[in-house]
Amino acid sequence: MGYFAGLIFVLAALWLGLSGIYKPLLLILAGISILISVVLASRLETVDREGSPYGRTIPILSYWAWLLVEIFKANWPVIKACVSANLNINPAFVRVKTRCESDLAKTIFANSITLTPGTVTVEVEGDKLLIHALFEEAATPASFDEMDHRSYRAADGKRKEELAA
Amino acid sequence: MSELLDILLLIKPWVGGILCVIGALLALIGSIGVLRFPDFFTRLHAASITDTSAVTLGLLGMAILAPNWLVVFKLAAIWLFIFLTSPTGSHALANAAHTAGLQPVLGRDLKRPDNREEEA
Repeated sequence: MGYFAGLIFVLAALWLGLSGIYKPLLLILAGISILISVVLASRLETVDREGSPYGRTIPILSYWAWLLVEIFKANWPVIKACVSANLNINPAFVRVKTRCESDLAKTIFANSITLTPGTVTVEVEGDKLLIHALFEEAATPASFDEMDHRSYRAADGKRKEELAA
Repeated sequence: MSELLDILLLIKPWVGGILCVIGALLALIGSIGVLRFPDFFTRLHAASITDTSAVTLGLLGMAILAPNWLVVFKLAAIWLFIFLTSPTGSHALANAAHTAGLQPVLGRDLKRPDNREEEA
């Protein structure tokens, strides 16, 4: 039930923010469209922990704040490689093992790696990720450890207690 | 207090404009990287500059220039959706190339792999 409430709240906020015209007719139409969206989502059976992860908003937002800083730090060597006179790059494939268990956590981890310039997730198989890196020396498995740990905490942190409850 | 507000209003268009210009320059650098890098996988890395920092700085500049909060909300929504979808697209491209058997350029000497055997 909480998942439905979260989905309805986010859809309503999105509608109100995108519309900007708050007349009764349009608000009624908004209610109808939100209702249709929720019914369709529940028919697709996507309203669950992963389709509506708004219960974990605060950990995911704090993870994003950390990720943004990492992305901007990682941009700099790639920008330098783009404009330097000789191509000073050392591309390589790296294999990384993740501790993330749920699909949501794995998706967050793999997408974070892809978002960070200089690394792209090529393949995810079980708990192993194949990563293409622009600089082999910067992409040691240990360098992904903190991101792995943080995405695990953001998505799976209290999962064990949730499953037990 | 009102003086501080006046100063903020005075520098607001400049800050927004400068952020937009920096974002545009980063997008240009990303495009240069796409043209210069040797193969498909390395070009994806150059494109990710445009996906992340160029978009963030450009939209931040636009948000500072925005006339009202509704526009800011829309820009934030655009930013959120770009950050959710662009890694998915990059990953889909990289995964398709890897599955199809495209051999990447590896190592510091950027030795070109022979991809012709796979085509035959």
